[in-house]
Amino acid sequence: MSHHIVEATDLRYTYPDGTPGLEGVSFRITHGESVAIVGANGAGKSTLLLHLNGCILPVQGTISIGGTLVSRNTLGLVRRTVGMVFQNADDQLFMPTVFEDVAFGLRNMGIKESEIGHRVAEALNTVGAGHLAGRPPYKLSQGEKRLSAIATVLAMSPDILVMDEPSSSLDPKARSRLIELLKTFRHTKIFATHDLDLALDLCERTIVIHKGRVAADGGTGDIFNNTALLYESGLEKPLRMQKCPPLFDKL
Amino acid sequence: MERFDLGYMDKISTGNSPLHRLDPGAKVIATFVFIITVVSFDRYEISALTPFFLYPLFMAAIGNVPFGYILRKLLAVSPFAVFIGIFNPIIDRNILFYVGSLGISGGWVSFVSIFMRFILTVSASLLLVAVTGFNSICMTLEKYGMPRVFIVQLLFMYRYMFVLADESQKMVRARSVRSFASRPPGLIMFVPLAGQLLLRTLDRAECVYRAMVCRGFNGQVYPAKRPVSGQSGWFFAAAWIIFFVIFRIYNIPFLAGSVVMGVFK
Amino acid sequence: MHMADALISSTVGCAFLAASAGLIAYSCKKVNEKEDDRKIPLMGVLGAFIFSAQMLNFTIPATGSSGHLGGGMILSILLGPYAAFLVMASVLIVQALFFADGGLLSLGCNIFNLGFFPCFIAYPLIYRVIAGSRYEKWRITLGAVLAGIAALQLGAFSVVLQVLFSGISELPFKTFVLLMQPIHLGIGLVEGIVTSGVVLFVFNLRPELIDAGRESLAMNKINIKKVVLSLLLAAAVSGGVLSWFASRNPDGLEWSMFKTSGKEELESSEGVHKAMLSLQKKTVVLPDYGFKKAEQTQEESVEHKNAAKWPAVDAGISVSGLVGGSITLILAGITGWVLVKKRRI
Repeated sequence: MSHHIVEATDLRYTYPDGTPGLEGVSFRITHGESVAIVGANGAGKSTLLLHLNGCILPVQGTISIGGTLVSRNTLGLVRRTVGMVFQNADDQLFMPTVFEDVAFGLRNMGIKESEIGHRVAEALNTVGAGHLAGRPPYKLSQGEKRLSAIATVLAMSPDILVMDEPSSSLDPKARSRLIELLKTFRHTKIFATHDLDLALDLCERTIVIHKGRVAADGGTGDIFNNTALLYESGLEKPLRMQKCPPLFDKL
Repeated sequence: MERFDLGYMDKISTGNSPLHRLDPGAKVIATFVFIITVVSFDRYEISALTPFFLYPLFMAAIGNVPFGYILRKLLAVSPFAVFIGIFNPIIDRNILFYVGSLGISGGWVSFVSIFMRFILTVSASLLLVAVTGFNSICMTLEKYGMPRVFIVQLLFMYRYMFVLADESQKMVRARSVRSFASRPPGLIMFVPLAGQLLLRTLDRAECVYRAMVCRGFNGQVYPAKRPVSGQSGWFFAAAWIIFFVIFRIYNIPFLAGSVVMGVFK
Repeated sequence: MHMADALISSTVGCAFLAASAGLIAYSCKKVNEKEDDRKIPLMGVLGAFIFSAQMLNFTIPATGSSGHLGGGMILSILLGPYAAFLVMASVLIVQALFFADGGLLSLGCNIFNLGFFPCFIAYPLIYRVIAGSRYEKWRITLGAVLAGIAALQLGAFSVVLQVLFSGISELPFKTFVLLMQPIHLGIGLVEGIVTSGVVLFVFNLRPELIDAGRESLAMNKINIKKVVLSLLLAAAVSGGVLSWFASRNPDGLEWSMFKTSGKEELESSEGVHKAMLSLQKKTVVLPDYGFKKAEQTQEESVEHKNAAKWPAVDAGISVSGLVGGSITLILAGITGWVLVKKRRI
């Protein structure tokens, strides 16, 4: 097993209405890496993410997860390896209770009913949402929903965790809790995010997407210090690096 | 206003009274037998219906459901029954009996009967949800043979009802803030509003489907934990069914009334 | 218009519950056959949509009164008849449970009136025929309007029949019909216009949806007849079984004090039942002819009922009854109050 390397080679995608989505994206993410995918709105971040577990299949180019090419036939295997948490938590919590939502993936995997209770509790406790098990999703706060959504994916023990805008709609406290939680994960982590400060906190590597292409791929600190690059890609420095004296730029 | 109500009823249904903890199947069956019994009375029946008020009163009291809430709901939906029922006194004018010198026509008697049935049946069904909760009712339906596809439909619908209701209220609010008329929008305005809501709904369905598929969905939505049947549930149901049957067969208020009248003579 | 429990008899209620339950089961089977996973979240969310859309009121031009979207037609166009029927049924169940919009016993009637007619009659026989596979604006509009009107006329007439055969309301057939049909003509027209408006709006922005509803429709005229016939059978069987029970009902003991009226009671329920059966047949296939026969049978049934009532009425409705009834009500109220007090402690 090639330790769940995520490899994209010249990925190209065009939307059904003709708009170009991705125009040749290539990268290689190795096991245990923590990567932020940043870019302006419409640059193609979400489109790229959807390729990672086969929700979208490329028009040209390839993407492989752990050596397995992502195609119609390998979707099942790919989705057990790649756990995806979407931006809108409401869309991911569709069962009557949080417990049922977390159990959903497990049941689909064929886990025995007797095991399910244990695994659900484990997943929920990992994210600190054990007390939410019996609650209906629509009654939860945004932060609670986000945590529960993560639990639904964690329970399936993926090797690679992909999240689209993990901190959006979260209040400051929920956001810090989330960042602290994500720091403890040993999975390969890929986050598409506008929250550049989160990227600084969690990801040692950043890929900048601009107009469907990779504009930069390197160390997070270096990229966020490159003012020209950020400007061209429709971005700005993370908040805590703005108006800083040069001494602190190396953050 | 309705959206506000939805959440409130849902909140009550998650309460923790002895009635809430009872087996949902027992409550559903007892309520159903109640409604059928009430409805099976002859159109001119009034006195025999009165003992049946005990059931909703009992449910509301033991289930900790605010009486005022039930009354308000009853009031809100009464116009239809009144509107149809009011024809009875107009059409049926045969005097049935006299109270002193005042003649009471069959029409008025049946109108009162309709109204009583209305109060009984509507409050019973509201209280059923209030002490059982929608999800439990769905599980019960499935237990008694309703196909899985339909149960899943009910559960999903319930799950997203609140979300979509909020969205539609936001749209309405946004529109009303920018319009100076206080009436609801005309047809021309309504169509794009509903159309937008529909498009968002379709997009949402697509997102939910995607999320399901990413967690291995293959067409099967597996059963949730079944509610555990308790013995006390069946005792509850049996006791009330016996009560309904007895009071259906014997017009006890009439008998009691005769005794009282007999004493006076 | 939603039926209320107060206006139907147990026979009618149960008969239509059985019919609707049967239709639900049949539709579930059909939906399962299609094996389209996408439908599952789509149906659920669309149900929520119909629910929310019904809360969006709009003013009806020239009348100033407000109306709201029914939903059966839009659902049929987007989902096909079977899935649409299931969604309508689920919406009606929630409305009955949470808003007391229609009772539990009359759920069967409501699901039938507001689900069966739009999804299984109006959509395949009218909308599909007109709008068919050629998606031109005028076809969609015409189809939606005509189908909407038809569905509501049938639904309204069905309500009239259900109330009539329950015998609780005194509303005479002619008056009721003259009230219901014209109002629902207007409602049907508006619903049709709104449906076509929304459908066109959506199709303009998302043309790929046009095919979605089409391919799920595998219905042809033969199937409709099957559905209708099995329905009639279900209604007849359950109606027959229940009226048999009704005649054996202990209520008969009271009437047995007046032997003749006991017999008449039995006859009238059978007569009503037979009339109901033949009337259903006629209204479903040939709406126009329903009226004449209905008048005749209605007069018959009214006679029967009145004859049965007269002698028996004295027993229940009398001063003793009133006195007893009042005492009972007071007792019930006190009991309720006591129970509440006890809970608080």
